Amino acid sequence: MAARTFTIDGKLVTAEENATVLDAATEAGIDIPTLCHLEGVYDVGACRLCLVEVTGIGKLLPACTTRVAEGMEIKTDSERLRKYRRMTIELLFAERNHVCAVCVANSHCELQALACRLGMDHVRYDYTFPRWSVDNTHTLFGMDHNRCILCTRCVRVCWHIEGAGTKNVSGRGSHSHIISDLNQSWGSSETCTRCGKCVMGCPTGALFAKGVTVSEMERDRTKLEFIVTAREKKQWIA
Amino acid sequence: MVIDDLMEIAAKEKAARKPWVVRCCMAAGCMSSNSRGVKEALDRAVKEAGMESEVEVRGVGCMKLCCQGPLVQIDNEKPGATVEVTSVDHSPLYEKVTPEDAASLIGTLKGGKTSVESADPNQPFFTGQMSIVLANSGIVDPERIESYISLDGYDGLHHVLREMTPKEVLDTMIKSGLRGRGGAGYPTGLKWATVAKTPSAQKYVICNADEGDPGAFMDRSVLESDPHSVLEGMAIGAYAVGANQGFIYVRAEYPLAISRLHTAIKQAKQLGLLGSGIFESPFNFNIDLRIGAGAFVCGEETALMASVEGKRGTPRPRPPFPAESGLYNSPTLINNVETFANVAPIIRKGAEWFASIGTEKSKGTKVFALAGKITNTGLIEVPMGTPLRRIVEEMGGGAPDGGTIKAVQTGGPSGGCIPAHALDTPVDYESLSKLGSIMGSGGMIVMDEGTRMVDVARFFMEFCMDESCGKCIPCRAGTVQMHHMLTKILAGKATIRDLEQLEELCDMVRNTSLCGLGQTAPNPVMSTLRFFRQEYLDLLQEDTLGPGATNPPQKTVPAAN
Amino acid sequence: MDRLKFATVWLGGCAGCHMSFMDLDEFLIDIADHIELVYSPVIDVKEYPHGVDVCLIEGAVCNEDNLEILHKIRRRTRVLVAFGDCAITGNVPAIRNQLGLKNGESVLQRAYLEGAQSNPGIPREPGIVPALLPRVMPVQEAVHIEYYLPGCPPPADRIKAVLAQLLAGTEPRLTGAQLKFG
Repeated sequence: MAARTFTIDGKLVTAEENATVLDAATEAGIDIPTLCHLEGVYDVGACRLCLVEVTGIGKLLPACTTRVAEGMEIKTDSERLRKYRRMTIELLFAERNHVCAVCVANSHCELQALACRLGMDHVRYDYTFPRWSVDNTHTLFGMDHNRCILCTRCVRVCWHIEGAGTKNVSGRGSHSHIISDLNQSWGSSETCTRCGKCVMGCPTGALFAKGVTVSEMERDRTKLEFIVTAREKKQWIA
Repeated sequence: MVIDDLMEIAAKEKAARKPWVVRCCMAAGCMSSNSRGVKEALDRAVKEAGMESEVEVRGVGCMKLCCQGPLVQIDNEKPGATVEVTSVDHSPLYEKVTPEDAASLIGTLKGGKTSVESADPNQPFFTGQMSIVLANSGIVDPERIESYISLDGYDGLHHVLREMTPKEVLDTMIKSGLRGRGGAGYPTGLKWATVAKTPSAQKYVICNADEGDPGAFMDRSVLESDPHSVLEGMAIGAYAVGANQGFIYVRAEYPLAISRLHTAIKQAKQLGLLGSGIFESPFNFNIDLRIGAGAFVCGEETALMASVEGKRGTPRPRPPFPAESGLYNSPTLINNVETFANVAPIIRKGAEWFASIGTEKSKGTKVFALAGKITNTGLIEVPMGTPLRRIVEEMGGGAPDGGTIKAVQTGGPSGGCIPAHALDTPVDYESLSKLGSIMGSGGMIVMDEGTRMVDVARFFMEFCMDESCGKCIPCRAGTVQMHHMLTKILAGKATIRDLEQLEELCDMVRNTSLCGLGQTAPNPVMSTLRFFRQEYLDLLQEDTLGPGATNPPQKTVPAAN
Repeated sequence: MDRLKFATVWLGGCAGCHMSFMDLDEFLIDIADHIELVYSPVIDVKEYPHGVDVCLIEGAVCNEDNLEILHKIRRRTRVLVAFGDCAITGNVPAIRNQLGLKNGESVLQRAYLEGAQSNPGIPREPGIVPALLPRVMPVQEAVHIEYYLPGCPPPADRIKAVLAQLLAGTEPRLTGAQLKFG
């Protein structure tokens, strides 16, 4: 496979021709913030946090779905990008009811960690305080829509790693929400294999194992990584 | 089917023509005011007058002056006369015809008088028009393929299949200068050439008929009035790029357009104008309909293709562009209805002819749907570069009841408001975008002095908020916040801080959203802020609790100990 | 040397932030020479004074009293610091907003009728319980705030970091893990 040479933040980087900008940056030790990206499932370019500047291209491009090209000059960090990223996170916090203090994922939450990293000391938008429900019908897991950021990791994990196809998105705009099967309670789903991979993939406290309380929801991603490595590299590394 | 068959159908159709043709509009606008009843009454009146052998009552498509419907016009054609419309005597265009008027209208054929109001065909609304896309609209019977064939229909397709290589078709399209009529204005020939040069055993052609802008009804009229022109354009496109399957994605809210497309496709298949070995060439092409379920975002091409595939209609990042990897990951040519309707005329009359119309960078004509505070609501087709003032004041007749035009909104929720002082702008892609608006698909909403621009901005923001698919954060959550801020401003509860925040958010949503819906959602706000900022400022309240609100004001930096 | 006129206020919150403030322990003694505490739940001053330099605000804006005093504080104070998650996000007090327009009435019923062990009844006499706002707000929705000190509660070392910077006359800047909510 042909190699491509380009720069990321001024650093000369080489990567395989069909690598994404995100892959290449990660390889080069440059950390681009992401939320909808999850190693092992295809990317959707939805959260817009990984947007980067590419010299000569007027639009900002999502690092997760943009392929590298010879001679590309990529900038992953600028005042403008920092501003947009912070605004994106603020919009998420204002959109649903993210109450860190009483959340199972407190201190183990990717949204919370990103907010810290991006310097969000408060949200400048009026909170919308929508009313969302909690689905506690499943015997092992729960789903709190108040904490969902619609990254669709659970959907992609469910379809493409587990192959069950239980999770999906229904509704549109701010009414979009994750559903089970034909918009029924999770507990009544006949396709759910109770594998828990959606819970492992969730970046926030939206999906959680039952029985955990505030700050106790730590995620074990090793199971996902194990399957992904087995699939992509044909290696069984425990 | 060979060319002789086509000519025979045309000849038969012409020979069967009766001396009088009473054309009655059967497009959705007139049908909503009972033009079907009018047509039935006309049929009865002809029968009662015993003139069945001399008079044909023909249901036709849009006759353009929609606000005065149902519309009826009578042509006096001598048997054997040529088909050019100009050689025919037209009656005035009768307006607001009711079934009760039928007898008196038919009576005029024998020299009687009628009291039915009529529009002067020499008024600017009609004389200012130049018809390419709408040339057959109001003349052809959209439910009979023979009617289209008698007006040189499918001639272009025959010419292309028998006498041109795909490369020559591409060159013709590039030379014509046609640009996409869906809004963005990408050069059609270049798009076709990209699809053509992408190697693949399977390629697709899609016609985007998911017209969703509030106030826009151009594509609907074309589909209802002259569906075969779209089918022919698609087939020519398919030949040029090497596709064998087409889809028309039409919204479910257009039942009449759907039914006419069904009929048209069926008739074209029966005559072998769609299917295998068209015109005894090796070219195969089929068209299927896909009905959209009412999501505005499905007009975005990647969302549309997801929907055709049976998936949730959400956009995906581009590249890859559909021309390289589109429907079912195959190279896909996707154009708008009006773009395809331009194709057959370009082939028939030549690229030079088309390129001679319009401006340097915007060739041909554009169809606009005039709506809002304007005297003549309806469809117009004008050469590119026609000044906006000519369209709204001369042709449109200005604001009704002596009002003054304040602004013209183009491009729907993705567009902007052009203020009255800029009405001399020629309508072309570049001039409109310089003013912060866009050509868009052709909706043109006229506003008078009674319109509050902040209301307009909020209306479109609400539309975008409701229609956001919810996939990317800036559009999903950003439109909600922008709508909230506009509501706050309108309620008189906002301060200058809110306005600054609104502008910052507009910039962010425009630059970070995934697809065109989000990227253009701030346009109505930004354009009204640009030209009508004072209307926003007048609604703000004083910021008594903002920075520097401390009374009495003191040092601004924390004191050192 | 002028001492910094310093205040703390307790709006709709659990007092946990003030508890955390008390956890500053000996640092309180260190700063005692540099500040003059002019208003706080921990001292007996009835009226919020004029000309205050810095005020830490704990709690969300839940009722009419909260809003009134917050406006007064803004007019009389140079630097406002939103102190803790309730002030900055609404946090737990704002959960009632999710109940919709009648949320105030619902929580009163829950607290004073359903939860009452004796003498159920909602105290409606003027001056007893201030009327609840229809929507709990974070403080920055009501007034301009200079600095933010998140946490539920903010740990003492974080409070110390902000106070030290304020006293040193620099702009308080929290970064990384110190910006954590919850």
